[in-house]
Amino acid sequence: MAQLIIPTPLRKYTENAATFNTDSITIEQAIEELTTEYPDVKQHLLDGSGKIRSFIKVFVGEEDIRSLAGEQTELKDSDVVSIVPAIAGGTYDLLLTTHD
Amino acid sequence: MKLTISKSANEIMQQHAIELFPDECCGFLYGHETEEVRTIELAVPVVNSKDGDKKRRFEISPLDYMKAEQCALQNNIGLLGVYHSHPQHPAIASEHDLKQAMPYFSYVILSVMDATIADIKSWKLNEENTIFLEEEISNEQ
Ligand SMILES: [Zn+2]
Repeated sequence: MAQLIIPTPLRKYTENAATFNTDSITIEQAIEELTTEYPDVKQHLLDGSGKIRSFIKVFVGEEDIRSLAGEQTELKDSDVVSIVPAIAGGTYDLLLTTHD
Repeated sequence: MKLTISKSANEIMQQHAIELFPDECCGFLYGHETEEVRTIELAVPVVNSKDGDKKRRFEISPLDYMKAEQCALQNNIGLLGVYHSHPQHPAIASEHDLKQAMPYFSYVILSVMDATIADIKSWKLNEENTIFLEEEISNEQ
């Protein structure tokens, strides 16, 4: 069984579950299984066309699935899959323009 | 919800923000919460991995994020948010902060004006995840 690690900010949509065990063969199937179990988390992981959102990255161990086979990456029994939200931001653009 | 920040977490964030000025600093916030109050006990600086203008943007690498989640699980402490600084800008969450904000997290922003801390505010998404609401901060002495 592979294990998915759910990021803390999304656990309010998974009944506070931090991990999710799965026998799914691919990442795509594992995420489908997770979102079937916890429908509220779906919109935070997938976009309108059912693809993983651009602000969400998925890692198998320390490998980004984009450097593997993407959503078709196959899972082995001992794999730990991390769902990783992008953490980024910055300052206002507007206030800076007053100095330009 | 109310946000209490421990003295040590406050000191670490402020030192980090001043040290990296005029660049933006960033880090993780850990602690515990009840239904009424969220308490930040620990602030842990991380590298601003933004490829580009670090004076106006910050980014935390996915590996640093995964480490933060592991640290929280191993130490039985909550990963409650993220802090970053706004050099020469007010501690108001920006459109860039909102665009990439995650639910649940507290986003503590330190305004640094001319290398001194001018203001600290904390922001959290509303239930619909559409706007930031300011959190009331009380500092532990
Ligand atoms: Zn910001």
